Amino acid sequence: MNNMPSNAEKYLRMEKMPHIWCPGCGNGIVLSALVRAFHKLNYDQDQTVIVSGIGCSSRASGYLDFNTLHSTHGRALAFATGIKLARPEVNVFVLMGDGDASSIGGNHLIHAARRNIDLTVVIFNNSIYGMTGGQYSPLTPQDNRATTAPYGTFERPFDLVELVKAAGATYIARGTTYHSAMLTKLIITGASHKGFSVIEAVTACPVSYGRRNKMGGGYDMLMWQKEHGVPIEKSRYLKPEEMKGKFLIGELHKSEAPEYTEVYQQLIDRVRGPIKGE
Amino acid sequence: MNNVVPLTRLMQGNEAIAEGALAAGARFFAGYPITPSTEIAEILAEKLPAVGGKFIQMEDEIASMAAIIGASLAGLKSITATSGPGFSLKQENLGFAAITEVPCVVVNVQRYGPSTGIPTASAQGDIMQARWGTHGDHPAIALSPASVQEAFSLTVQAFNLAERFRTPVILLADEVIGHMRERFVMPDASDINVIDRKKPPAGLTRYYPYKPDEDGVPPMANFCEGYRYHVTGLVHDESGGPTTKADQAERLIKRLNDKIMDHLDEITMTESLMTEDAEIIIVACGAVSRSARRAVKQARKEGIKAGLFRLISVWPFPDKEIKALSRQARSIIVPEMNLGQLIGEVERVVRSETKVSGINRVTGEMITPDEILNAIKSEI
Repeated sequence: MNNMPSNAEKYLRMEKMPHIWCPGCGNGIVLSALVRAFHKLNYDQDQTVIVSGIGCSSRASGYLDFNTLHSTHGRALAFATGIKLARPEVNVFVLMGDGDASSIGGNHLIHAARRNIDLTVVIFNNSIYGMTGGQYSPLTPQDNRATTAPYGTFERPFDLVELVKAAGATYIARGTTYHSAMLTKLIITGASHKGFSVIEAVTACPVSYGRRNKMGGGYDMLMWQKEHGVPIEKSRYLKPEEMKGKFLIGELHKSEAPEYTEVYQQLIDRVRGPIKGE
Repeated sequence: MNNVVPLTRLMQGNEAIAEGALAAGARFFAGYPITPSTEIAEILAEKLPAVGGKFIQMEDEIASMAAIIGASLAGLKSITATSGPGFSLKQENLGFAAITEVPCVVVNVQRYGPSTGIPTASAQGDIMQARWGTHGDHPAIALSPASVQEAFSLTVQAFNLAERFRTPVILLADEVIGHMRERFVMPDASDINVIDRKKPPAGLTRYYPYKPDEDGVPPMANFCEGYRYHVTGLVHDESGGPTTKADQAERLIKRLNDKIMDHLDEITMTESLMTEDAEIIIVACGAVSRSARRAVKQARKEGIKAGLFRLISVWPFPDKEIKALSRQARSIIVPEMNLGQLIGEVERVVRSETKVSGINRVTGEMITPDEILNAIKSEI
C-alpha cells in the first residue's frame, strides 16, 4: 500500500483479520486512510476512542486497536457524545455508513453538529445499505436501482455536506477512496480541528450497489470516483455545465464556534466558583 | 451556591431520586423532557455541574440512553430518567447495556399508557416492559420505591447493583411516588453504602473484558485507563470480539442471566407487614402498597388476619418468598394499577395451590385502602 506506515499493524487488531468486507469493497481503503492518519497524528492509542454504528463500514472499529465501541444502528454519535462529555481530554472518532449516519442516525447527526462537540466523524458513503444486501439509502442518487427500488429510486438524496453545514458543523470535507492520499489529509485536518468535524468518504460497494447499476467492479467504481470527484480548487475554473453530475472533494467548509465540552467546563467553573485557597 | 440540604425536610419523590443519584456518586445525566419525570432532569441540570458532573439534554430518548452508556464506559456513574413513551424508546439501548455489561441506571416514573395515554396520571403498566421490553433473553433488575425516602435509598441501591453486576438497573417508580411530597430525612453520607465497579488489576499482559470472575461478573476497565478493548452489541467472546459460535453464544447469554440469578440474596428486597400468621396476604409494590398497608392495618383492627408482602425489588421476581407465602396463606390478593401484570407472576409461582385474585384499576387513579379492605373482607 502506497505510503502505508511500516508499522501499520500497531494500529490494527491483526488477530481479527481477515476482515468481513467483500472483494472490491472500498471500506479497506478508508480504513487504511484512517491508519495513515493515526500514524501521522501520533495520538496515544490508550487515549483515543473509536465509536461506530451498525453496517459494513461500522465493523471497522473492531479492527482498530483503540478503545472501540461498536454501538447500535444510527446511535454512534449519541454514544460518542456521552464519552466525549465524560472525558473531554480524549480523542473521539466516529465511523458510520451513509444509511447509519443520515437515515436512522440523522437526528443525532444534526444535533451533534449543532452542539459543535469535538468529534471527528468519518462517514463511509457507498450510496447503499450493503450489510442487508442493497437497499436504497438517503444518499442513493436519484433513479439508481436498489433491491427496494427495483424501478429506480425516485427519492431526492441528501447532500451530506450541505446538511451538516446547515446544522452547524465547523469542519466539513469530502474525499474518495480513489483520492486516498487526500482522504488521509482530510482526516488529519478534521481530527486536528477543535469542534465537530465531518469527513464524507465516498467509497464503492460493487456487490450490492455497483452491480445493480451497471457500474462495473471495484476498479471501475474507483475510476468513476476519479472522473466524478472534482477538487474544490479545480472546480473554480469549471463552468456549471462541466460540474453537472460531478461532486466536490476537498476541504469544503471550515468555521470557528465554541466547542461543547469546553463551554461545559466553563459552566462547571462558573457554578463552582473559585476554589478556596487559590 | 448554597448546596446545604437540610437534614429533614419536605421533599418530592423525583427530587429524592435526583439526590439519591448524587449520593451514589452519579456524575452524568442524559435525558429528554417527559412528564412525570422531568423534575429529575431539572434538578440534576442544576446540581451536577456544582459537583463537577455533566448534564446533557439530548435530542431524544434513544440518544439519552446511548449517551449514559458511553459516559459509563468512560468511567462516570450515569443515569437517565423517563416515563412510558420514553421507556419504550430506550429499550434497544437497554439491551445493548445488558449484553455489553455497562452499568447504568434508568428511572421510569410510570404513567398511564399505552402511547401518550394520560401523561399526568399514575399507573403500573410497565412492570412487564421493565422485564421483557428489550428483545432477546437478558437479565433485568427493577426496584420499586413506595415512599420519598425509599426513592432516595433505592436510587443509591440501583447504582450499587448496576456497578456490582455490570448491568443496567431500572428504578421502576410511578407518578404518585414521583410527584408526592413527604417527610424526608437525608442520611449522613457515612451511612450511605456506595459500591463501585470492580476493576481489573493493573499490569495485565492482556485484559479480557468479558472473562468473568467466579461470581460471573467480569472486572470492568474504563475506556482510556490503560486497557484497550472492543465493546459490541454482537454476541462476543471473552476478548470482546464478535462471534457466531454456538457454544460461545450460549455461554454468554447464560452467564448474563446467571450472574443475576445466582445472587438473588444480594438483590431481592421485600417487606413483610403482619404476614407471620396472615391468612389473607396482599402482594403489592410502589404507590399501591401504601393503600394496601392502610387496608391491612384496618383489617387487623377488625380482627382479620391480613398481611402485606411488598415487593421492593420487582425483578428478578421473588419466587422463593412468594412460594413460601402461598403455603401459609389461604388467599393472595394482588392490587395493581394495570389490568394484571404482577398477578401473572404470582400465579406462576403459586400454581393453583392458593387462591389468587386481583384488584385492577385503569382509571389513572389510585387504588384506595377501602377497595383493598373490601377485597380482604370478601375473602373471609
